[in-house]
Amino acid sequence: MRDSASATHTVNVVYLARLREAFERGAETLPLPTDVDPITVADILATLMARGGVWAAELAPGRAVRVAVNYAMTSRDAPVHPGDEVALFPPVTGG
Amino acid sequence: MTVRVQPEDFDVAREIANLRAGDARVGAVASFIGTVRDINDAAPIVAMTLEHYPGMTERSLEAIVAEARRRFDIYDALVIHRVGELRPTDQIVLVVVTSAHRGDAFDACRFIMDYLKTQAPFWKKEQTPDGARWVEARTSDDEAAAGW
Repeated sequence: MRDSASATHTVNVVYLARLREAFERGAETLPLPTDVDPITVADILATLMARGGVWAAELAPGRAVRVAVNYAMTSRDAPVHPGDEVALFPPVTGG
Repeated sequence: MTVRVQPEDFDVAREIANLRAGDARVGAVASFIGTVRDINDAAPIVAMTLEHYPGMTERSLEAIVAEARRRFDIYDALVIHRVGELRPTDQIVLVVVTSAHRGDAFDACRFIMDYLKTQAPFWKKEQTPDGARWVEARTSDDEAAAGW
């Protein structure tokens, strides 16, 4: 169904709070891997961790990173589709 | 049901009066106000900045209130959460619940706060004399939410 050659084969990744500061950006457009199907949140995290440095450190297994896809909290095995908004953030501390 | 995320302060008396105005079914109004303390984890707090995730935060609060309505016999609920820079003694959050009787009003109010603390995307950054730091989540908050 999805065209892997399409320019729309991307997701918008949003970083919040500590992660926004560590990555020095609030959001970016990320190309989705074309060799994986279905693509999951874990694949997005692996793509980002492959950048090394602060990315590998902040997203390392064991670090408390929460994930939302299209504004709903979800797990790392949740599917991700082109055009989705994937947000990464630390555990929440409001109230 | 009303959910607001705003930098502005709120008037508790006016918000409560508005929520129960003209509703003679209401026999109980429970409320919770969270405020900024001047100390946290043994450090003096000069100020704090509340960050949120526009688009998700409101949806999250609405989902929490909807779940409270499903679980408890309540008539209406209001949640106001402030964002931006706040100082010690400032109001942060207000939850108000109306019901026929106190039991459901108290329970729903506490439920909403316990879920807000662990589910709603807000983050606090504290300014201390030694610099700024992000507040760490507490496992006691997770336990409180899991208790429901």
